[in-house]
Amino acid sequence: MSRLSKAVATALTIMPSTVAVAESRPALISLVRQDCGSCHGMTLKGGLGASLLPDALAGKDANSVSSIILDGIPGTPMPPWRGLLTEADARWIAEQLKAGFPQ
Amino acid sequence: MNRRSVLAGAALIGLAPPAAQAGQCAQTQRGSGDLGIVIERASGSILIVETTGRSVLARVEGLGDLSHAAAVFSPCERYAYVFGRDGGLTKVDLLDARIVNRVIQAGNSIGGALSDDGRLIVASNYTPGGIRVLDAGNLTQLANIPAIGANGRESKVVGLVDLPGRRFVYSLYDCDEIWIADFSRSMTPELTKFTNIGRSPYDGNVTGDARHYLAGLFGEDGFAHIDLWEDHPAATRVFEGYNSGRDRQAIYKMPHLEGWGQTGATLVVPAAGQHEALTLDLNTMKEVGRTQLHGQPVFCVARPDGREIWINFAHPLNDTVQVLDTHLGRIVHTFAPGPAVLHLEFTPKGGEIWISVRDANRIDIYDVRSRTKIADIPARSPSGIMFSARAHRLRS
Ligand code: HEC
Repeated sequence: MSRLSKAVATALTIMPSTVAVAESRPALISLVRQDCGSCHGMTLKGGLGASLLPDALAGKDANSVSSIILDGIPGTPMPPWRGLLTEADARWIAEQLKAGFPQ
Repeated sequence: MNRRSVLAGAALIGLAPPAAQAGQCAQTQRGSGDLGIVIERASGSILIVETTGRSVLARVEGLGDLSHAAAVFSPCERYAYVFGRDGGLTKVDLLDARIVNRVIQAGNSIGGALSDDGRLIVASNYTPGGIRVLDAGNLTQLANIPAIGANGRESKVVGLVDLPGRRFVYSLYDCDEIWIADFSRSMTPELTKFTNIGRSPYDGNVTGDARHYLAGLFGEDGFAHIDLWEDHPAATRVFEGYNSGRDRQAIYKMPHLEGWGQTGATLVVPAAGQHEALTLDLNTMKEVGRTQLHGQPVFCVARPDGREIWINFAHPLNDTVQVLDTHLGRIVHTFAPGPAVLHLEFTPKGGEIWISVRDANRIDIYDVRSRTKIADIPARSPSGIMFSARAHRLRS
């Protein structure tokens, strides 16, 4: 998690796009399981937030999933993650969610 | 998830069960008033801990998806009922350190409560929504009460708590309603429904006198309130417009009302979307103060005597804990236990506080008066810490 905190801190203080996506992947996996998981469940099958399993996201392409992640869904608890996640991070998460998120 | 049932799921990992550890003689008996559990959210296991010697007695595995886990304790303080995200309800014998029963009562659950007589276990569910009532003895289902509101939608149930007299109160997230289910006469409960309580209640709790039920509202600025002591209770609004004139920040973790800061005639709750705790005067039901905090609060947990409230925070400021002195009305201490502080639990008289530091894989134990750390315990991705003394406390 220290890597995640570092990644987040970097994202907040330096230009977000300078964070190397590949480098922060273990941190991203942990962020999705733990922090998205607090609303979507650690298995991502849904909680207060909707299911994020491939079936549930089948109707949306990776682009729109990625923009939901960055901008949230106004009027619902789904928060915008822009500022905490880079566009490349969000895109990577969106693709992994659609493919079946790694453990 | 893991559906292994009865006994098969219990495993002791190199740790002796409490009975064996309590003394030389395996027959030695021990009480259970100083026991507790720690939820290991990533591995579907719990630790059985004891507060006298501050140690882990056993690990019990096979409880399924514990990513949003809650627990209640039997009146005898021997059994913990653990509610898992996957709809699993597991009854754990704390003394023998084993699973005595496990059922999948729904598809997706967030918590539950136990009736005042210790006989009815009620789970609050997301999928399908509603509540299920089970026999606390053998976990057979006694009733299934869907939560379909006046708007015709089936709702996720949040903020379920027990009330004296075999009653339960809970909120319907998708229907903007609060229901009271009264099982005192039969398993077909008498339902009292409050509609239009405010948009999207996300959690609820009741004061220790079982009088004031408050539900935090996500869809608007404020909390719904019901005075349960009234003969004809009505839902009103409190803390109305606490965000007005300023932006509500994005919320990365929903605030929780469990353990909330009740102290005498005031109640301290976490604000949603502000770096603030809000204080309510329970006599007038008016807001009487706001305290600026380090981040967005998740839990505002009252020390059992009410003098202090210990507060943790939402991602990404979740390495910190602050202490609010309710008498002085200000923050008196700020410290950073470590990465991802998820939960706080006081020992029954408030001498110690146990803090789960998820990403350090550790439970930290602090002396409350000196605020110094006195011990720590390794745990795998720990989240909730619940002591058996909760069995004898009115508020959750
Ligand atoms: C504070 C709670 C919360 C957190 C944390 C959260 N979400 Fe959500 N999310 C929601 C809710 C609630 C919805 C459903 C909104 C609605 O009613 O349409 C949602 C919806 C979504 C959707 C749309 C699903 C669909 O089928 O339309 C995606 C994608 C999503 N979230 C991804 C994420 C990701 C990725 C994270 C972590 C980076 C995350 N969420 C963290 C609450 C949350």
